[in-house]
Amino acid sequence: MESKVLEHSKASEVFNKDKERVGWHDETLWFVRSKRDKAAHNIPDWELLRSTASSIKHNVLSNMHDYLVEFEKNALANGVHVHWAADAEEHNKIVHGIIAKHGVTRMVKSKSMLTEECHLNDYLSKNGVEVIDTDLGERIVQLRDEPPSHIVLPAIHLKKEDVGETFHIHLGTEKGNKDPQYLTEAARHHLRETFLTRKIALTGVNFAVAQTGEFVVCTNEGNADMGAHLADVHIACMGFEKLIPRREHLGVFLRLLARSATGQPITTYSSHFKKPREGQEMHIVIVDNGRSTQLAREDFRNSLKCIRCGACMNTCPVYRRSGGHSYHNAVAGPIGSILAPNLDMRKNADLPFASTLCGSCSNVCPVKIDIHDQLYKWRQVIVKEGYATTSKKLGMGAMTFTLSNPAIYQTGGKVGRWFMRNVPFVVNNGLNPWFKNREMPEPPKESFREWYLNNKKS
Amino acid sequence: MRVGLFIPCYVDQFYPQIGVATLELLEKLGCEVHFPLNQTCCGQPMANSGFEHLTGGCNSLFIDNFEGFDYIVCPSGSCTLHIKEHLHEEKREEKASTIRKRVYELTEFLTDVLKVENLEANFPHRVGLHQSCHGQRGLKLAQMSELNAPFFSKPEQLLKQVKQLDLVSLSRKDECCGFGGTFCVTEEAISVRMGQDRVKDHEDKNVEFITGGDMSCLMHLEGILRRQQSPVKVIHIAEILNSQIK
Repeated sequence: MESKVLEHSKASEVFNKDKERVGWHDETLWFVRSKRDKAAHNIPDWELLRSTASSIKHNVLSNMHDYLVEFEKNALANGVHVHWAADAEEHNKIVHGIIAKHGVTRMVKSKSMLTEECHLNDYLSKNGVEVIDTDLGERIVQLRDEPPSHIVLPAIHLKKEDVGETFHIHLGTEKGNKDPQYLTEAARHHLRETFLTRKIALTGVNFAVAQTGEFVVCTNEGNADMGAHLADVHIACMGFEKLIPRREHLGVFLRLLARSATGQPITTYSSHFKKPREGQEMHIVIVDNGRSTQLAREDFRNSLKCIRCGACMNTCPVYRRSGGHSYHNAVAGPIGSILAPNLDMRKNADLPFASTLCGSCSNVCPVKIDIHDQLYKWRQVIVKEGYATTSKKLGMGAMTFTLSNPAIYQTGGKVGRWFMRNVPFVVNNGLNPWFKNREMPEPPKESFREWYLNNKKS
Repeated sequence: MRVGLFIPCYVDQFYPQIGVATLELLEKLGCEVHFPLNQTCCGQPMANSGFEHLTGGCNSLFIDNFEGFDYIVCPSGSCTLHIKEHLHEEKREEKASTIRKRVYELTEFLTDVLKVENLEANFPHRVGLHQSCHGQRGLKLAQMSELNAPFFSKPEQLLKQVKQLDLVSLSRKDECCGFGGTFCVTEEAISVRMGQDRVKDHEDKNVEFITGGDMSCLMHLEGILRRQQSPVKVIHIAEILNSQIK
């Protein structure tokens, strides 16, 4: 599968063939961004809240070891099993180990981007375990055998017609029926049966409180609760950066999360899990998977402050017009583009370049990650590590030579403009990507420097 | 006040009239303006492509050309931001640091240093302002729509002084146009689509001109407008501010 991965620019070209759909995708996400603006602008202390959240996470990143130890100690005292996974493979093995111990072959899972990052569904299905995603959007993309295209809105790339067709094929709904009420009802019945018969439920974690050993899961559908409360075994998987020091800090993050994500004041459910109920087994799997490496990269460690709200995707003019799948990574968009090179620099070398560096992402980020500056810095790292193409290296070398030598620049400019005026087809052709959909500037006879010498310099 | 005029390479080569307008405008406002003849480029095209390590030559040239001026003024937010953030030279770091502090984008120089409150300009047209990202979010030339903070806009403050100019308000007032330096060719499909969407926002408001502080963005939008045979034209803000001031 990985050998077929299209670079971001190529995948975007394919996505952009359907112009109307691109317009729809852009407007849909812009609508979410606008809702976020309204919510954020209604809180007088919004910018203070962002700085506070950023500082709290700064403290967490600087004291990661101590908070992890504290969290484990408190979770164990609460009767929770705590597991540590160095990478995706170990995470998947741990989860499968718990499932196998209970002799179960079917389970429910609510939204967890970490398990997407670790490709848990694939691993479990290869080991004979059927996973049903219970978040509606996740379930839709799972039925279509697609990854989520957005961390908060997994099926945002699909129109209701697409969902109608998917449900018709997989859940036997009426062909051509795209009524959201009807389709949601169908999904509800299908999932209700599943919830009642599954013994194991897996959830993600939004915040893990070191002080108390509890964790908080935020959903709008209540599916995490439904799964966890009905199952005998609850497995919660978290990247270690989900930690916050104390319970009182939740007030800061819960106010920011949903407003940034969808413009809601708070998610419908903010469920606190602290200890297993009588007869239940509760597990927490704490995952590294490259996070320690990122923590050690001074320029990029702030990316671990991310609370996965997706605001940077909704505001990103590139994401809105290229779709989440063009980023070929579990986390798409600007934040994905600064996280992914840490996981696999060769495979993700294109992502930091999939941006105009407009900076809107950094401005909406509720924990003030300097996303666009990190994109710039990743570009430097990727080129230095040797992942630039030969043609790009040659082009940049030639440009550097010209721009470092005033005489060559002046003559080169003059010659170039002469060619553009007199033999325009040297640039106005199919080999010039600018010219495909844009006219070239009309070259003047005189550069500004020449004008200055003729008119000003006496 | 000795001002060094910093003209971006693509403006020098393709849009000399912007250099002329900037020079004339600054002179009318009482500055002693010099154009150092051996300037080339700030180095941003290489740096944004991941080749900042190749910009040493450009940095040295920049210091050679611009040391000693009271101010350095440039009709581009993007090139100004690059110098402010990335101009370094190991052996002349102090000089580099002085230049980084003295370099100004044209509109912020007019509002913050010259404190221009009355322009004698006249431009009887319906105009849309394209707020380029590096100027806005990098140099903070205008408030950003993402933030919960009071409105201000240095370019608008100046355009409001231009007689008979009808400034429209856009539905997305600070969305990127998709130029993005080498992005405009390496991510051609997205770049063009972003540009087309920006153009449409202005066309929906029936503008005659799209103006802005960065000709690079405007060059991209102009390429799209001309391909679509649109009657809408682009014009750099220096040309508007300098119109009929003579």
